[in-house]
Amino acid sequence: MSEQHIKLPEGSIEKTTTTLNLGPTHPATHGVMQNVLELDGERIVSTEQTIGYIHRAFEKIAERRPLYQITTLTDRLNYCSSPINNMGWHLTCEKLLGVKTPKRVDYLRVIIMELSRISDHLICNSIVGVDAGAYTGFLYVMQYRELIYEIYEEVCGARLTTNMGRIGGFERNFNNIAFEKIEKFLKEYPKVLKEFENLFQRNRIFMDRTKGTGAISAERALNYGFTGPNLRAAGVDYDVRVHTPYSSYEDFQFNIPVGTTGDNYDRWLVREQEMWQSLSIIEQAYQKVQEFKGTDADVFHADVPEYYLPEKADVYTKMEALIYHFKIVMGETDIPAGEVYNAVEGGNGELGFYLISDGGRTPYRLHFRRPCFIYYQAFEELTKGAMLSDAIMTMSSLNLIAGELDA
Amino acid sequence: MSRPVSYNLIKKPLESDISIVDMPDGHQGEGFFATSLNKVIGLARKNSIWPLPFATSCCGIEFMATMGSHYDLARFGSERVGFSPRQCDLLMVMGTIAKKMGPVVKQVYLQMAEPRWVIAVGACASSGGIFDTYSVLQGIDQVVPVDVYVPGCPPRPEAIIDGVIRIQELVGKESLRRRNGEQYKLLLESYGIQ
Amino acid sequence: MALTNEIIKQRLTEKFGEQVSNFEEPYGMLTFEAPKELNLKVLNFLYDDEELKFRFMTDLCGVHYPDNKGKELAVVYHLHNMVDNIRIRFKVFTDIDQPDIYTATGLFSAANWMERETYDFYGVNFVGHPKLKRILNVDEMDYFPLRKEFPLEDQTRVDKDDEMFGRG
Repeated sequence: MSEQHIKLPEGSIEKTTTTLNLGPTHPATHGVMQNVLELDGERIVSTEQTIGYIHRAFEKIAERRPLYQITTLTDRLNYCSSPINNMGWHLTCEKLLGVKTPKRVDYLRVIIMELSRISDHLICNSIVGVDAGAYTGFLYVMQYRELIYEIYEEVCGARLTTNMGRIGGFERNFNNIAFEKIEKFLKEYPKVLKEFENLFQRNRIFMDRTKGTGAISAERALNYGFTGPNLRAAGVDYDVRVHTPYSSYEDFQFNIPVGTTGDNYDRWLVREQEMWQSLSIIEQAYQKVQEFKGTDADVFHADVPEYYLPEKADVYTKMEALIYHFKIVMGETDIPAGEVYNAVEGGNGELGFYLISDGGRTPYRLHFRRPCFIYYQAFEELTKGAMLSDAIMTMSSLNLIAGELDA
Repeated sequence: MSRPVSYNLIKKPLESDISIVDMPDGHQGEGFFATSLNKVIGLARKNSIWPLPFATSCCGIEFMATMGSHYDLARFGSERVGFSPRQCDLLMVMGTIAKKMGPVVKQVYLQMAEPRWVIAVGACASSGGIFDTYSVLQGIDQVVPVDVYVPGCPPRPEAIIDGVIRIQELVGKESLRRRNGEQYKLLLESYGIQ
Repeated sequence: MALTNEIIKQRLTEKFGEQVSNFEEPYGMLTFEAPKELNLKVLNFLYDDEELKFRFMTDLCGVHYPDNKGKELAVVYHLHNMVDNIRIRFKVFTDIDQPDIYTATGLFSAANWMERETYDFYGVNFVGHPKLKRILNVDEMDYFPLRKEFPLEDQTRVDKDDEMFGRG
């Protein structure tokens, strides 16, 4: 009787697994991604991911914009740490144009990039806590992210999508208030990080939720193209800052934390230790910046007249400055032809920019090598045979940012 | 030329900072207070809105900052953010909505129970933002009726709170018969919602 | 002896002769081209060889050159030898009317989604791919958006005036 009224899907009576749709809007996904899970009771048999719910066609937009307008697109890739994306893009342009930035600019860039790395790891680690059920760490740590946002505001005016810096350096010098805020951060933050660690690191419940779940071996991680904290948790010490130093990272002393099993607990620990290392890099960079005295302390950009807007006083008095100003603002500067691939260490791994230019005013092809997109493929392997709650923890400890997944 | 920013320099005494919701006007006597029903219902509804954060991208992170302790949204009554549309009043769409996501927004809107309000936070949700491309929906008002738009890229937490306060004003002044009226039905039909 | 671009070029020309061509070194990264039938053989050679050891696939993307008749679509592989810290770029070209290229997913699992993205944007058909369907765009889309002939904006939108943006 019932078969006449209800039309069941093909093969659904013989099927022994349950289909569960996780997403695209779900409290546990930070961003929009969909996972259709096949469950056998509580164990996961297979998963199928669907992404593209926030595809904004960055690569096609970039074919129509001059170089400095693409910075605003790169902001929105990994929006938890947008200054790193901005500076990675500027470094790529500088590589293509052959620009060498002065040391003070490099050290200021290092301070900002490490602050944004701390900001990114803070979100990831506290959200892992929220998904395990502990809301306190997240609220406590958001206050210190507000302090980092205040530092960004002093430098570039915006909190989240910063569009910070220009090709060749920064748009204005860091003023005294920015340095005061950086000092305040350096003084107050270690205590906060220690308290945050105490909440989770040796917490029985947290360790039970995260140890042993979502593990991956180093060979499989390398085959999947993992980079960043996820690869370092699996045991491979690959860090773009050490491998191919950019922006004077070779002048700093820091360690690379490496895990053993590549499970969720190791990823959490690797990110935590990276925050301590970032703090030490910021301290060293701050000392080095304070050593520039007199007129050296006024240097905040390299001399790139075709791409860096000249001083307004010069625009009104000198002819060449007026011409450069006009050409830059109207977008009529020709980019030299060539192709370049440059990578920086983003919050999630190796963020690469592949830029092909044919001599026109806009790039011919720009491709972003997005780490999230590449390691999310491994989600099925990470959760094979695991329980549903482990899948949630794995998803949040992988730090999947939707903007970087879809671009 | 940034002006010097001062933070927490003047310490105000705490008592004068707390503001309490005003009573609606009505007749008061010994043991009773008489006012009109829609004022009381408006007062109750507007100070206990349960939002559904539909956070897709960067504006979602600013929403997380708004829910944090610095710019607390909970003090306006939105303490409990729910992720189930059946239990929420306010759909806060934060972030870019791509064409692939449009049907999902509509589905979530359809599952919400009346009375429901929609706030479009950010430039992308209001009008497509900086992404004038083939894959981005140019504003969520192509698929759902929107009450308040909050511009910004991303809007500051203060701006998001301002948007929620305007929603509160709309909620407080809304007539109880609005959802059953002819004009509302025509509005929903123009979006294809029965 | 440390691995340099010269040694890699020498080993490649020894093994493949005239088929690998167009050796360039823009900004220090060795770039070469090979016919599309040989792409798996070259990738396997770069992976298995004990001196070359390119065992990490950094990136896989597509490029559209509408002016090169017969070789319009290019697929660019970026490989990385982490031990010796050398990167290499390898391109294959294919015709737009028959864009078939062998898939690299057997060798690098990282190529799975990257090839789906290249298919989604350019229409390159990867032969042997486990599940070649669109990944970032809607499934019903019937054209390949990143090809140069298609516009960026959605032509059916009514609220934005192209005249104002200088594109009318």
